[in-house]
Amino acid sequence: MARPRINRQTIFRDRNIMSSWIIDRRALLGAAGQLGGVALAGQATPGWAKTLSQGAAALPQSEVLSGEAITLRIGKGHVTIGGKPAKAITINGTVPGPMLQLKEGQMLRLTVINELDEPSSLHWHGLVLPFQMDGVPGVSFPGIPPRSSFTYEFPIVQHGTYWYHSHSGLQEMMGCYAPIVIEPAEALPALLPSMREHVVLLSDHSFVNPARIARNLKVEADYYNRQPQTLSGLMAGHELSLDQRLSWAKMRMSPTDIADVTASVMHYLANGHGPDENWTGLFSPGEPVRLRFINAASMTFFNVRIPGLAMQVVAADGQDVQPVTVEEFQFGAGETYDVIVTPQNRAYTIAAETMDRSGMARATLAPAAGMTAPVPPRRARPLLTMKDMGMDMSGGAMKGMSMKMRDGSLAPQVKMGPGVDMISAMPEDRMSDPGIGMGDVGHKVLTYRDLVALHPNPDLRAPEREIEVHLTGAMERYMWSMDGKTMSQAHEPIPMRKGERVRFTLVNDTMMAHPIHLHGHIFELVTGHGDHSPRKHTVTVQPGGKASFDVTAEPGDWAFHCHLFLHMAMGMMRVVQVRPA
Amino acid sequence: MGGRIMTDRCAVALAALALALPAMSHAQDTMPGMDMGGHQHHHAPAPPAQQAADQPAAPAAPAAEGASDEPKGTDQSPGSAEPPPVAHDLAGSRYWDPQAMAQAHHAMMTERPAPLYGAVKMDIAEYQFGKNGDSWRWEGEGWLGDTNRLWVRSRGEGPVGGRLEDAEVEAAYSRAISPWWNLQAGVRQDLGTGPVRTHAMLALEGLAPYRFETLAAAYLSDKGQWTGRIEASVDERVTRRIVLQPRVEFNLSAQDMPQQRLGAGLTTAELGFRLRYEFSRKFAPYLGVSWTWAGGRTADYRRADGESPSARVFVLGIKSWF
Repeated sequence: MARPRINRQTIFRDRNIMSSWIIDRRALLGAAGQLGGVALAGQATPGWAKTLSQGAAALPQSEVLSGEAITLRIGKGHVTIGGKPAKAITINGTVPGPMLQLKEGQMLRLTVINELDEPSSLHWHGLVLPFQMDGVPGVSFPGIPPRSSFTYEFPIVQHGTYWYHSHSGLQEMMGCYAPIVIEPAEALPALLPSMREHVVLLSDHSFVNPARIARNLKVEADYYNRQPQTLSGLMAGHELSLDQRLSWAKMRMSPTDIADVTASVMHYLANGHGPDENWTGLFSPGEPVRLRFINAASMTFFNVRIPGLAMQVVAADGQDVQPVTVEEFQFGAGETYDVIVTPQNRAYTIAAETMDRSGMARATLAPAAGMTAPVPPRRARPLLTMKDMGMDMSGGAMKGMSMKMRDGSLAPQVKMGPGVDMISAMPEDRMSDPGIGMGDVGHKVLTYRDLVALHPNPDLRAPEREIEVHLTGAMERYMWSMDGKTMSQAHEPIPMRKGERVRFTLVNDTMMAHPIHLHGHIFELVTGHGDHSPRKHTVTVQPGGKASFDVTAEPGDWAFHCHLFLHMAMGMMRVVQVRPA
Repeated sequence: MGGRIMTDRCAVALAALALALPAMSHAQDTMPGMDMGGHQHHHAPAPPAQQAADQPAAPAAPAAEGASDEPKGTDQSPGSAEPPPVAHDLAGSRYWDPQAMAQAHHAMMTERPAPLYGAVKMDIAEYQFGKNGDSWRWEGEGWLGDTNRLWVRSRGEGPVGGRLEDAEVEAAYSRAISPWWNLQAGVRQDLGTGPVRTHAMLALEGLAPYRFETLAAAYLSDKGQWTGRIEASVDERVTRRIVLQPRVEFNLSAQDMPQQRLGAGLTTAELGFRLRYEFSRKFAPYLGVSWTWAGGRTADYRRADGESPSARVFVLGIKSWF
């Protein structure tokens, strides 16, 4: 993993940089096919995410930032949702911010100017880089003080779909995010160099301040759950029987607790557009199109499908995988998937339903502007099961066994207390699970086990040891932690040796799915694919289940956390400390 | 586990003072519908590597070479090497101003979405229509903090147009002892027309199995009198917005208190049903009915005073929080 050394520049030097844009091949190609006058959503949208897009390759050079020197400004602004402006933290004035289009092997110097009256930062999500450029205040660097700037400088050593976002406070929840697309150093044979492509960045945004959302959850954890079980539903014979309902009530848990922030307060955006604004990506009928899906939401899992169009997944978290065809995939905040679709001469709806089915982000693929396809109705809200409590009772051998909901002796490393309301009694490897509510949708849904790396993994050593981390929480108190301790309670980092090969096993002792992100590393999921294990930077651990990955430690201090921002803010985070052996 | 044991112990202690809610003291975290046999089938999770300090470091298993049937890559099992010691420095200090780094680290460790959480909840704010005249009543609470909280409760009632009859204000330190229970210690001040007393208070507050919002409190007055109170309510969602809330309350006394017209034993019991419509979680008007009964010796006092030992009122009010 040798990479060029970077200059250790002094920071906080306000450089006045006029970026010298390098006009790349794509931009030149695109200039010819540029479509004028299609900006319908106002100034708060960057060029790459304009309501109507010819594709990333067709964007004029000014709308995508490329080259070795790039300047970004973090400031206050707004995003227009359903015609109404919502407060936002913007990058270069827009939500999402400008797309960075980079090339594997290049150097990158990013000057970030913080125009806010509070500290800020930008983190390059999924990029492998020197830790001090990773952009987490207090972990990798001191942050960018108000009204000052910081210059990041690092080499680009990978290709694929990534994104960047603020790692300060809850700024990401307010719109401070944007995509990164890195072209491979050498064109991959699987990808047509001229293939049209679109970034589909999915996110959530609220008219309510994130701190207020956090406070409402702290007072009433089910504040935003507007799809509870009801007595009228019971009378009508819907869903659970009285016995089942009493079981849940006895446990003081709710089977409808799928998402703690829902459509009752969030709006769901595709490339910064609400469903009515309908972002539309254009294609030529019969030609393959690459869609780069990014889940940049703060608190949302999405179920993504394009009715009538099968999706061939070719990359996960920016890492190439052997093509696998699915009808739908569920992904958590921080994850990305690249898919190739071959649409015919008609319009298609990209439906990104939230995991709790309370809302939907919508976009359109069409051969011409103005065309739309029917928007599928939201499906019925799923319910959690015993499996989601780490107690799968389906196996005959397990019947009649007693199980406790909160037996601390099963997880000696977890500090039991008010912040831990459950310990998974029998956490199951759920890597073949398509996600909450996806087991019975009637078509093929992607699972982690479907993913197989396109190339052999770079490090085939057996892990020298295993680190088990329990994801813990107390729903009624809206407390989230690892091993029963918030980050500040634990304080101590997770120590690792530089170059050490380690297996992480994440055990989810909560009834919610958590997308866990390790900064600065691409790890291999343990899914039985040996030397072709799928590589990721964010892994969703299903409720009551467990997930393992092997990773080779990169030197430095790295953030390791749940990418649901409120869970991270409440303490479901650690620092991974990698020091010379 | 400590929290749970403490909870149970407190529940028992309070039960000695007052009536204990049966649900509170047993089986609070046992799965329903399953027998209570041993659970030897559990394969306890492998001890975390961090705790395996007494085990010798095993050399890493060699990577598979050639042989295709040998496990490769992630198919291999992890070894049992020891973790390195934790370094007590910040890697970032080697690149950036150490003082700025330390400050940012401290800020990151202590940052919260809000500096302090708090709420004021009015569970009952109602007009009561009774046979012997109308009255009003409130019952609410407020708190500030997270697992350690400053907790304030207040309740009171009086006839419409008349003086405040019965009122209390409580302030307590509240400490989370389990995911669902808070142990509270504090003081209560009585106000109103009766004898004005100050009490020391010890209470267990929280969510009992079957989702009963529960309060069990014991009071010792400045005259050395012991009293107790148990309250429980549960929200039954009829529809997404309509909620039926049955509510019970028992007041107890360890001794006769002629001045307050309360006798030893159960002094009063209350049963109410309130049906609310949630315009939002924070604003929900309701209507309902509430019955109260005076217990044995307290009923005697009431009859002696020419009052009825029981009463029924229809209520109209607003449940809200801020």
